Amino acid sequence: MRDTRPTVNISFDGVDYEGYVGESVLECARRNGVTIPSLCFLEGLSVWGGCRICVVEVAEGHRLRPACATQVTPDMEIKIETPRLRAYRKSVLELLFAEGNHVCAVCVSNGKCELQDMAVFSGMDHVRYDYQAPRREVDASHPKYVFDPNRCILCTRCVRVCDEIEGAHVWDISYRGEHAELITEMNRPWGDSLSCTWCGKCVAVCPTGSLAYEGRSIGEMEHDPVMIKRLAVARSRGEWLDPEGAI
Amino acid sequence: MSDTRTRRVAGATDSQQGDHPSGDNRFDLVDKHLKRARYEQDQLIETLHVAQDVFGYLSEDILIYVARALRLPPSMVYGVATFYHLFTFDPPGDHSCTVCTGTACFVKGADDIVQAVSDTYSVPAGETSEDGSLTLKTARCLGSCGLAPVVVFDGNVLGHQDTESTLELVAGAVGGGG
Ligand code: SF4
Ligand code: SF4
Ligand code: FES
Ligand code: FES
Repeated sequence: MRDTRPTVNISFDGVDYEGYVGESVLECARRNGVTIPSLCFLEGLSVWGGCRICVVEVAEGHRLRPACATQVTPDMEIKIETPRLRAYRKSVLELLFAEGNHVCAVCVSNGKCELQDMAVFSGMDHVRYDYQAPRREVDASHPKYVFDPNRCILCTRCVRVCDEIEGAHVWDISYRGEHAELITEMNRPWGDSLSCTWCGKCVAVCPTGSLAYEGRSIGEMEHDPVMIKRLAVARSRGEWLDPEGAI
Repeated sequence: MSDTRTRRVAGATDSQQGDHPSGDNRFDLVDKHLKRARYEQDQLIETLHVAQDVFGYLSEDILIYVARALRLPPSMVYGVATFYHLFTFDPPGDHSCTVCTGTACFVKGADDIVQAVSDTYSVPAGETSEDGSLTLKTARCLGSCGLAPVVVFDGNVLGHQDTESTLELVAGAVGGGG
């Protein structure tokens, strides 16, 4: 489909590209094959802008902006790979690792985890902050899925997908700051939930091993976050089959 | 998940029970507010305030009641309620003892008072004793520094307190201690 939106000229790390008016810096980069790391952002869901992994520098004043929550403007000069940004991303990741209990060696998502990938991508090899080692209980009450809050980074993908796509709004965040934690319904076991449809979308989109199918052992959990984009495209454009597919 | 139509809110006295479908007439006050607010969903925080004023705290039943009334998902109501420090989720004790731990009171030994009450009645600061008789709280400067250390017992502000006088005060209302 030809895009008829008005365009603007922008640049990523000194290379010129064309952006669409109304498009976010992150979307624009993705469309042009330019990599900006991200975590909470997921195509097909609303923008949360909470993880701050996607920060970029915007030329005037080198202001830091979350790429997922910033729209392109005419002649925007965007920097992605600067020493400052690399250091910043590393710190954000280290904080995420220090905040929960991420023991990759025993995780269902080991080797298939977006948080892990991000750490590798950013060259994060150790954590300079004190591990908080919070005590959080696993919720294994759902017959099909397991929720392990120790691995949750509060990206809210599950909250958004359940609310926006499935329409059930089972999840939300309770409390705040260091005490913030995901809950299902009135902070009851997930298995007791009356509104959960067992659709599995929250499990599909989780970037870490926090949400998984029942019975998966170490490294066995494969998520499918792209499913939401497919669904969003299907619903909004009536394209139920992969537009680039063979048939 | 509990059902507000069949369960009563803990602590409702006989005089509060009545015609309201929940069996607790205090909900009439919440209903009145809801009507005035036209059941608008953005009135959630206001409604929680009213409910807390009426009941003294927000129990799960009350949160479910509000969620139903405003047609909001329970997890969202729980999330909003717990986000704000102003809301409390445990029923207050029969008596409450608040010790000011602001600078002036602290310097004059407020911490010892808190410790003494906490030890004597086995109740951590900020919580209610197991038998529900006493809630022990601390507060930042109550604005009566001249009277430091200040203790507020069941709503009465008392100045120049010490460990002994406070324990006496609590024992007088709650009994024994220990
Ligand atoms: S399985 Fe579906 S309905 Fe249940 S919590 Fe996950 S996204 Fe929501
Ligand atoms: S459970 Fe997973 S998807 Fe949900 S907030 Fe935590 S990390 Fe994100
Ligand atoms: S991806 Fe932009 S803030 Fe998380
Ligand atoms: S410090 Fe206690 S009243 Fe001011």
